[in-house]
Amino acid sequence: MSAIGRSIRRIEDRALLTGNGRFAADLNREHQLHMRVVRSPVAFGRLVEVDASDAADVPGVEAIWTAADIAELPQIDFRMTKITGMEPYRQWCLAKDYVRYVGEPVAVVFANSPYAAEDAAELVFCDIDEVDAHLEATAEPVAFMPETMPGLLTEPAVLHKSCGDLDAAFAEAAEVVELELKVGRHTGVPLETRGALAVHDAATDTVTMYGAAKVPHYNRGAIAAMLGLAIDRVHLSEGHVGGGFGIRGELYPEDVLTCHAARRLGRPVKWIEDRKEHLMAANHSRDQVYRMRAAIAPDGFLLGLDVTFITDQGAYVRTHGATVSDLSAALLPGPYVIPAYRVAGHIRLTNKTPAGTYRAPGRYESTFARERLMDAIAARVGIDRLEVRRRNLIPESRIPFDRGMDTLGTGVVYDSGRYHDLLARLEAHVGWEELAASIAERRAAGEMVGLGLGYFIEKSGLGPEDMVRMRVAPDGGIRIITGAASVGQGIETAMAQICADSLGVDTARIAIVHGQTSLIEKGMGAFASRVTVMTGSAIKIASEALIEAALDIGAKLFQVDRASVAYKAGEVRVASSDRAMSLAQLASAWAEQGGLAAEGTFRSDHMTYPYGIHLAQVRIDPGTCDVLVERYTVAYDIGRVINPMLVEGQIVGAVAQGLGGALYENFEYDEAGQPLATSFADYLMPTALEVPEVFTLVREDAPSPINPLGVKGAGEGGITAVGAAIASAVDDAAGRPGMVTRLPITPDRLHAWLA
Amino acid sequence: MKLIKANAADGRVIAGGQSLVAAMNFRLARPDVLIDLNGVKELDFIEETPGELVIGAMTRHAAFHKPVCDGPLGRLLSKVVPNIAHYPIRNRGTFGGSLCHADPASEWCVVAATLDATMKIGSAEGDREVPAADFFRGSFTTAVEPGEILVAIRLPKLDAGWGTGFYEYSRRKGDFALAMALTALRVEGGAISAARVGLGGVADHGKRMADLEAALVGKPATAETFAEVGKLASTLVSPYGDIHGSAEYRRDLTATVVARALAEAADEATA
Repeated sequence: MSAIGRSIRRIEDRALLTGNGRFAADLNREHQLHMRVVRSPVAFGRLVEVDASDAADVPGVEAIWTAADIAELPQIDFRMTKITGMEPYRQWCLAKDYVRYVGEPVAVVFANSPYAAEDAAELVFCDIDEVDAHLEATAEPVAFMPETMPGLLTEPAVLHKSCGDLDAAFAEAAEVVELELKVGRHTGVPLETRGALAVHDAATDTVTMYGAAKVPHYNRGAIAAMLGLAIDRVHLSEGHVGGGFGIRGELYPEDVLTCHAARRLGRPVKWIEDRKEHLMAANHSRDQVYRMRAAIAPDGFLLGLDVTFITDQGAYVRTHGATVSDLSAALLPGPYVIPAYRVAGHIRLTNKTPAGTYRAPGRYESTFARERLMDAIAARVGIDRLEVRRRNLIPESRIPFDRGMDTLGTGVVYDSGRYHDLLARLEAHVGWEELAASIAERRAAGEMVGLGLGYFIEKSGLGPEDMVRMRVAPDGGIRIITGAASVGQGIETAMAQICADSLGVDTARIAIVHGQTSLIEKGMGAFASRVTVMTGSAIKIASEALIEAALDIGAKLFQVDRASVAYKAGEVRVASSDRAMSLAQLASAWAEQGGLAAEGTFRSDHMTYPYGIHLAQVRIDPGTCDVLVERYTVAYDIGRVINPMLVEGQIVGAVAQGLGGALYENFEYDEAGQPLATSFADYLMPTALEVPEVFTLVREDAPSPINPLGVKGAGEGGITAVGAAIASAVDDAAGRPGMVTRLPITPDRLHAWLA
Repeated sequence: MKLIKANAADGRVIAGGQSLVAAMNFRLARPDVLIDLNGVKELDFIEETPGELVIGAMTRHAAFHKPVCDGPLGRLLSKVVPNIAHYPIRNRGTFGGSLCHADPASEWCVVAATLDATMKIGSAEGDREVPAADFFRGSFTTAVEPGEILVAIRLPKLDAGWGTGFYEYSRRKGDFALAMALTALRVEGGAISAARVGLGGVADHGKRMADLEAALVGKPATAETFAEVGKLASTLVSPYGDIHGSAEYRRDLTATVVARALAEAADEATA
């Protein structure tokens, strides 16, 4: 029985469920110092002076640094971006000349206890000449740092992409539909806040940072470069990670500061962020405005689409560079033909917390925009919302479909997809006709109920490569070392299943070691739904190489031709004989000659594109303007499923987060730029009581032809179309097509719309 | 009481800690001394007299999940309590702590105000009693002075003819309500003969609304009446707006919660 396709329980859960998890806050070293960050209390201003004299008198305080104390540290560089010209907008580890958002690190206090550090941090006085905060990304850009960088405006970049003949499309159009849509400012909020423990070994001048996540290898290189150390003098080590969602694990000022301090102060340095800090200092996301003009044929076919969008990037451009806007621009067309398309994406800075990627970056937003447009076209042309999509979906005959544009340095080519087929399957799965009839009946009885849908294309498996090393121990245990990372998504289980499937052995024998820069020289980490595709493929390749190595060794040990040995289910057997050796025996017998080991590298120039549909059923309470999600279904084709339980978990969790952005979560600011949602009493994440049961229809109808497993990533599709589907359903419930123009749909907004 | 007196200036008593500890965590409250009442068994009691329910200040919210006495009052308290935050908070937080904290959206404060509770306040000098109308002084402000604590709450019982209702709305289950209404009605021959109405979350503290009660008496117990009185309620409040709801929204929401709580009370009164 294949190990792939089975809901094997998570290997990683035993430690977590028995209280043996080791998260950043669980780690301690003797004589450690505790770091506390002094954060800007104002949104924008000239930093005149930082006075730490009172703070230095607090018992237990060992050091206090401001920007002047770390003049040798450069700005934090971009991890991902092909766009140049954004360098001046990178953030320093501690504010220099100006503060640009509430929460910006201005100074750091190191003390013998976290209490002393926090007490002292409060006494650090920041003398700041305030400047009016710039909070509207849609307004004309203003000066970034007026006095020190005159002429530099708060628009770091404008991205342009296009395909097809847009003028011809508009000349041919029977109708032109125009929309302006906005997605609010929200982000991934992992249960575990950020944290780090940096330890310096003076004998070798090596710094090790525990508490790494997401991209340990990249961050190791970046920290080494910033500290002026050779790359092998820095190690990053990942323990358990309590959620990532794109925001955790990017390189932030605090990570660099702990490493720098451990080395300079000669003591381990621990930093654990509190929730209030997290909500105003870790990456925000989303917050885009779309202005769309669409050229429509009489039958509702979208001939051409002209889009301008603005991303509120917050105060600085962080490690992601232009990633969110780049993905928004390239993937906005989604599953539809759209022969002509032109987009301009403005990256604008404001005096808010800097932004980065959050699960389905650029797709949650652009799917909301595109699917709102599809609903608007249906209303304009007078066809139903399913039919407008059928008329625009890319037909199977045109797959692989080359959009004629790039994103993240790769061409957008949809590798496989049966888009009409999935829509038909979802209709059958939910019993669309009966469902629509029951909704109509309830509406006739006076209820405000409605259905909404969103169709989306995801992307996954970003290259360029992944490499793993595999070794069989003399006891038969198989150890795989990978530079991938775990943010809690279950990679140990899924990777073990892929290896077990290839080798025909039990998953219990397989151990996956990840996130340790000291054990493998390269690795890409965990982001962009890449691990199953890239690392999984590398494991399959390594497993096949291991079988070849076992056959080579077996042939030598049995002293037979290579052709007369065969591999099956963990054994090398001599043809037509009962002579056989297990992997353990082979590894043992060959120990002195190097043992039984293999390496696998998978390279890919293109991403693979899963696709899906969200269907929401909602009820509006007209008395409270509350939106109750009665039922939620996600159809998702991911090519091939490694572990159905893990896939379902990914989808359900992502839907919950998507509902947050659609109905609840919003980082509000007042006119002075003070953040108003800095606790869980004001930043409203949906709880189990707000999230309905989520039904899934996971399909394997379009395996990816561009990796050896046929897999596509499953991590993000559960969130991608939530905003779109909920907006569509709320419109439907209100009987007002086009009513919802922004997210989140709060009772307050709905009250105004319904008035 | 001596400890409380001695630390009147810079000390705080801690009951369930569900508000105070959060405030300390955010460094908004910084008492030098905490006096823990959790070991004071004499404050954790519920007593029933023929006309009253007497609730010790340290009685946990969760004690009210099952009716603590027969009749409308016990039922009403058990209807209200699931609206207070989440179960772990109800298990620890206290009735008296909630009244002393006097959050504008506190359910128990609305109960105390609407049912004319009497608060027994104690100190080293002895006890004094304050009616609810004089107890709540504003947001987070009560008649309890430094050196004093709330000891017990006397709630008058409602006799068998009353039906009660409670309705609140918050964006998520367990959040502070954006508006809430507590109602009690007597209905005779289809007409309302007596009414109690209280509101929370839409003013500086929970309030009994005499104008709404007067508007109800003599009217038929119908959905039209409840909608009309709900509308009247929305004109009598001036809620503040914040990121969870504008003032206009909360005014309209007030009409909804009042009408729904009245409908529930009428159903119970005529059942």
